[in-house]
Amino acid sequence: MYKIGVIGDKDSIMGFKAVGMSVFPVSTPLEAQEVLEKIADEQYAVIYITEQVAVDIVSTIDQYSEKKFPAIIPIPGNAGSLGIGIKGVKKSVERAVGADILFRDE
Amino acid sequence: MAIMRVNPTRMELTRLKKRLKVARRGHKLLKDKRDELMKKFLDLVRKNKELREKVEEMLIKVHQNFLIARAVMSSESLEGALMFPKQGITLEVSTKNIMSVDVPVLDFKTSSEDQSDIYPYGFASTSGELDSAIGTLAQVLPSMLELAQMEKSSQLLAQEIEKTRRRVNALEYVLIPQLTETIKFITMKLDENERGNLTRLMKVKDMMIEQARKASN
Repeated sequence: MYKIGVIGDKDSIMGFKAVGMSVFPVSTPLEAQEVLEKIADEQYAVIYITEQVAVDIVSTIDQYSEKKFPAIIPIPGNAGSLGIGIKGVKKSVERAVGADILFRDE
Repeated sequence: MAIMRVNPTRMELTRLKKRLKVARRGHKLLKDKRDELMKKFLDLVRKNKELREKVEEMLIKVHQNFLIARAVMSSESLEGALMFPKQGITLEVSTKNIMSVDVPVLDFKTSSEDQSDIYPYGFASTSGELDSAIGTLAQVLPSMLELAQMEKSSQLLAQEIEKTRRRVNALEYVLIPQLTETIKFITMKLDENERGNLTRLMKVKDMMIEQARKASN
């Protein structure tokens, strides 16, 4: 039985609690890193993380990209999208194909 | 291309020929794997991109509603309203095999089936914006999970493609040329030995004939 976690600043993620996810409010990058490392070892299959937080702990997030679980997915916070999520998609395209062929037109 | 350090013997030649055959076969198989993976990956990643755009758009809408809810309500009452969630999610995780890559499949169940029964608070003390924020959030939830599944799958597939591509290239540009060169080297060396042997024999024969002629005279 797996759970879904959300990491981000308190105002952005409060609502996720109402739909049954576990929320972990953090205020500093260091704190976010600690929380992420802690819950990644637990029964969380998916961890959503707001882009505003994700931007500071990219290296920690990348550690988990090779593993099957957890899937760490950046989502826009309440300050809007920073484009990190779409950048991640772009990165995997570049990795696989060697060149960016999906986002050329933008 | 450098040749391998081997003894130019017939046995070594057979061994290398066998290896070359295996390498060629492996190369062909890996190439097929790479092409198929690429096809799957591109399909997936295209869908992934669309879904991500959709989810981001909806989440931004959720945040906007929340912002208004926060402005209308006091932060204490808002927090109090959301403190004890009614809705629980349990996630079932299984894996699917795409071309020998295990990708996760997420399947979730919510504890209450009724979509209108997700609000963990009474409606008296909360604002309508909060309701619509949470309603939208509940709607976007399946897409969010699908996004998580897709994004992880495309990450894993990208890794596998990279690995396979390296193997294909290593076989194509290093191992196979090396083997062919070495085989050529051994064949030439053996042929050369053969020719050397032949001339030596002819020479010996000539000498023997010469000797026989001298003896008969």
